[in-house]
Amino acid sequence: MLEIKEIWKTFNPGTVNEKQALRGVSLTLKDGDFVTVIGGNGAGKSTMLNAVAGTWTVDAGSISIGGTDVTHLPEFKRAKFIGRVFQDPMLGTAPSMQIVENLALASRRGQRRGLGWGVTKEEKASYQKMLRNLDLGLENRLTSKVGLLSGGQRQALTLLMASLQKPKLLLLDEHTAALDPKTAAKVLELSDRIVEENHLTTMMVTHNMKDAIVHGNRLIMLYNGRIVIDVSGEEKKRLTVPQLLELFSKVSGSDEADDKLLLS
Amino acid sequence: MLNLINALPGAVSQGLIWGIMAIGVYITYKLLDIADLSVDGSFCTGAAAFVVLFTNGVNLWLAMLAAVLVGMIAGLATGLLHTFCGIPAILSGILTQLGLYSINLAIMGMKSTVAVNITDTATLDKLLVSLRFVQDVAKGERPLYRHPIFVVGIFTAALIAVLYWFFGTELGCSLRATGSNPNMARAQGINTDFTKVLGLMLSNGIVALSGALLAQFNSASEINMGRGAIVIGLAAVIIGEVLFSKLFRNFALNLLAVSIGAIIYYVVIQAVLAMGMNPNYLKLLSATVVAVFLSVPYWKEKYMPVKVKTGGLQDA
Ligand SMILES: Nc1ncnc2c1ncn2[C@@H]1O[C@H](COP(=O)(O)OP(=O)(O)OP(=O)(O)O)[C@@H](O)[C@H]1O
Ligand SMILES: [Mg+2]
Repeated sequence: MLEIKEIWKTFNPGTVNEKQALRGVSLTLKDGDFVTVIGGNGAGKSTMLNAVAGTWTVDAGSISIGGTDVTHLPEFKRAKFIGRVFQDPMLGTAPSMQIVENLALASRRGQRRGLGWGVTKEEKASYQKMLRNLDLGLENRLTSKVGLLSGGQRQALTLLMASLQKPKLLLLDEHTAALDPKTAAKVLELSDRIVEENHLTTMMVTHNMKDAIVHGNRLIMLYNGRIVIDVSGEEKKRLTVPQLLELFSKVSGSDEADDKLLLS
Repeated sequence: MLNLINALPGAVSQGLIWGIMAIGVYITYKLLDIADLSVDGSFCTGAAAFVVLFTNGVNLWLAMLAAVLVGMIAGLATGLLHTFCGIPAILSGILTQLGLYSINLAIMGMKSTVAVNITDTATLDKLLVSLRFVQDVAKGERPLYRHPIFVVGIFTAALIAVLYWFFGTELGCSLRATGSNPNMARAQGINTDFTKVLGLMLSNGIVALSGALLAQFNSASEINMGRGAIVIGLAAVIIGEVLFSKLFRNFALNLLAVSIGAIIYYVVIQAVLAMGMNPNYLKLLSATVVAVFLSVPYWKEKYMPVKVKTGGLQDA
């Protein structure tokens, strides 16, 4: 479903701020794979997801989604294949537009937008049903501006939006990190549900090792712009946090201080 | 005072015409979140194109259409400078505005004023609006439906209706999403470069239409007629917002508020002039008023913090 081949990305090349954020990352995901991505601050997790989403083009390497080479496609064209939820709840929705308008925008992801109505009557009814399923009390606030919602409500809405037009790939970048623990757990649970119901191929970045182990069928760890750990199947199911830490210090050759950093 | 009351219908007419320009500004400033300074130039471009074509015998409606089209081309220029060339929006607008000064002069045959000869009654009768009509209707020499307030009012209503429809379409929604959150828009597959260019073209087309109407009203196109248009537009948008935001929640009504804002602005300016202010200070007054109104939201936020929201799922 997703094939990343040897991608490289350097930020601010030729300046004092030069940063090699991705150094030859390769990753192949099968249809329905749910991979969790961990790694310390600055390891390149967000950069990898941005590379796939097309925020900018990579310096070298190639990316294909569902058999289509997207390496040189601009972000808005790749959006056809990709659903995204960002770390910052502000990023995923249009705050000055209504809840239904946001959903309607998302349901047309990857389609030509013409002079038909932006939101149809039938749509409104079906969105109401979906929002009732979310159980956030949003079903009676269809015409409220999204800017009035809480961070958790927005992330849940963004998740729903990402799945409306079934994406080939769902990218979740620490999408619960800005929420309080209780809300985070709820949004995470919702993510699981949506991924399962729609059988979505998913990449989820998290800083929580336990979440990384519990969710999904595969786990990768990035370090210094490279994938250093890649476990899946039975091996992943049996994984524990201490084992993961040990594994990490072995591959990175780092000491305990780094492990602490990783856990933070 | 009597003077002012006598001048009121004319002032309201002009306010309505500027209101159309302000609706154009609303599209870029409020919906696209771009302060587009090209309008100072494209307002005159519309006026110049109209007057030159009309005085050369082109059909009035065709001349108006041409005015709108050249306005849209001006918007296209700003849009491409911003998206294709990566120049910040404000600077793109300034560059277009500067370039348009020469272009406007060229359109007007290198003259700073081109007049419509309204001493010729046949020509005058063809115009949609004219200051003369205000007097003629008052004297009973022309039917009431020829009054500029009525005619420009119809234009404004039709424009609001069309925009209300457009911004409810898929394309219109994608434009609003671009202004609201470009990041989200791209993630939803919207080509934000395209929507920005489209919005700038739409806006400048409307501004040029307003210029063409004002040229008819004043029976002349003048090279400086658009100077400060952006400030008048912003003033109208802000006055409309301050006065009606609690009352009007619907998009069409918001546009109406902009139009009313422009009328209020224009009438107040006329009143200040009638009280004997030196017209040379007019621009300073406008700039001050807009600066104050633009600062209000910032001060409000800074000195009157709102209650902190928590991030729970259920609380909004
Ligand atoms: N747009 C950018 N411009 C310049 N440098 C960038 C940019 N994006 C990321 N970087 C740099 O690339 C490196 C990798 O960043 P990235 O955001 O991918 O880390 P991360 O693994 O997501 O970390 P975190 O856990 O903090 O989110 C960092 O050193 C970062 O400063
Ligand atoms: Mg990150």
